[in-house]
Amino acid sequence: MNYLIDPFANNEFMRLALFGGILVACTCAIAGTFVVLRGLAFVGDALAHGVLPGIATAMLLGVSGIVGAAIGAAVMMGGVSVVSRRFRLSGDTAIGLLFVGMLALGVMITSRSASFVGDLAHILFGELLGITTTDLAWQFIALVIVGIIAFVGRRPFLLLSVDDGLARTSGFSARLFHNVMLTMVAITVIASFQTVGTLLVLGMLIAPAATGSLFARRIESMMLIAALVGSLSTYIGLLVSYHYDLAAGASIVLTAVVIFAISATANEIRKSRGHDHHDHEHPHVHGEIHV
Amino acid sequence: MTSIHASSLAVGYGKRPVVDNISLNMQPGELLVLIGTNGSGKSTLLKTLAGLINPMHGDLSLLGSAPGQLPTQVAYLPQHPVSSHTLPLCVQDVVAMGRYAHLGLFKRSTDTDRAIVLESMKRTGIDSQANDPIRDLSGGQQQRTHLAQVLARRAEVLLLDEPTAGLDLNGRKAVADLIATERARGVTVVLATHELADAESADLVMLLAQRVVSLGAPADALRDEYLRECFGFTQPH
Repeated sequence: MNYLIDPFANNEFMRLALFGGILVACTCAIAGTFVVLRGLAFVGDALAHGVLPGIATAMLLGVSGIVGAAIGAAVMMGGVSVVSRRFRLSGDTAIGLLFVGMLALGVMITSRSASFVGDLAHILFGELLGITTTDLAWQFIALVIVGIIAFVGRRPFLLLSVDDGLARTSGFSARLFHNVMLTMVAITVIASFQTVGTLLVLGMLIAPAATGSLFARRIESMMLIAALVGSLSTYIGLLVSYHYDLAAGASIVLTAVVIFAISATANEIRKSRGHDHHDHEHPHVHGEIHV
Repeated sequence: MTSIHASSLAVGYGKRPVVDNISLNMQPGELLVLIGTNGSGKSTLLKTLAGLINPMHGDLSLLGSAPGQLPTQVAYLPQHPVSSHTLPLCVQDVVAMGRYAHLGLFKRSTDTDRAIVLESMKRTGIDSQANDPIRDLSGGQQQRTHLAQVLARRAEVLLLDEPTAGLDLNGRKAVADLIATERARGVTVVLATHELADAESADLVMLLAQRVVSLGAPADALRDEYLRECFGFTQPH
């Protein structure tokens, strides 16, 4: 038991890291569910890298990295929208162009710093073991904001996840709510870069939510499973990092990906053995109809 | 009130009209069947009626308003509704999405909403799979689910793009019965199809071949010369 508990009982930085990681896991579970459902993984990746020049500039100027990340994300989202519409390029081409452009700009700006490699590693991979109570407060605020956005926008988000046309013919602006969804993802990325870094935040957005999608029959249960998988990954990743002196952020994300791989394999085996009784378990409507 | 009014309407994408010079008036309870080959303009016209594509020119109104302005009163079933393999939704959740136009962002669903969802599932015969994930269903069962979603809208105008695609004979009969029931309660239906048999009970038939080949009662619109022009063959007599 000591092996499992002592690292957190004896070290405040480990407790802060655990709380911070769980907050990130919950935030990523909410945003990541819609990223997976709407197929926004590439946009999420681009946003995660698009914030790099903003953070790098903020570091050079000595201001908050969160402010820089927010500006970087806004430029990235606006740029993708303008490039795809003005130049009639497909969405992924526009995203790819902005993605590499912003990444290159971020590396160039960071190279002006005296501690180039250290700053870049901090931004890309986070500094989970160095987070403070102030960072936790920011992450909690981000979780609340993302939760509110997801709750208010749940119906148009769900319709968009099926089809843009369905959202539009149901009276919701597809463009408006797509942008609201991107804003939600951007807030998640900005709030999470301190913990797992801009390079690895995508893993926390996608892996737990993808695991949830394997088993869930409702959006709410997909989010709940994603939050549990993300939190469990945080705990296991931190333990591995502590005992074997490995990078914390990378350990957490790799754990989440491994959990997905194990879950997907188990799910396939279960289906192939014919243990999936969906077709016959519910011959009639029972329970409450959810609308 | 006229359900659908179109005058010198042109529909299409970009600057190129797919079909132009469409003029029609439909009253509540009427059925218009759009028939034509692939690419003839059926889906383009339906998308324009649904407000997904802007009319290129001409006048178009549904229930006295511009297309897309009355989401609670106009329901649209696309040709190939998406049933993503990643969507962790059960049948009743998908059908319940038909109520979102009425509920908007903030309204809480009521017992009436839930009753409508249940009734819609029963009418398409998918209620026995209400709790099954839609991704585990066959194509025909998914189509029934999407039809139930459209019915749950309780709209005054139904725009159906090949609703019988993927359905067996029983399913096709069930859709025909559904359309008849909807019309009986005053719902106007526009149905795009490849099946000439679907036109038998229509008030109006429009034969399309990137233009309006014929428009009128089935007996007039489906005359041999029009069918030959549209499909290159005629019906056996």
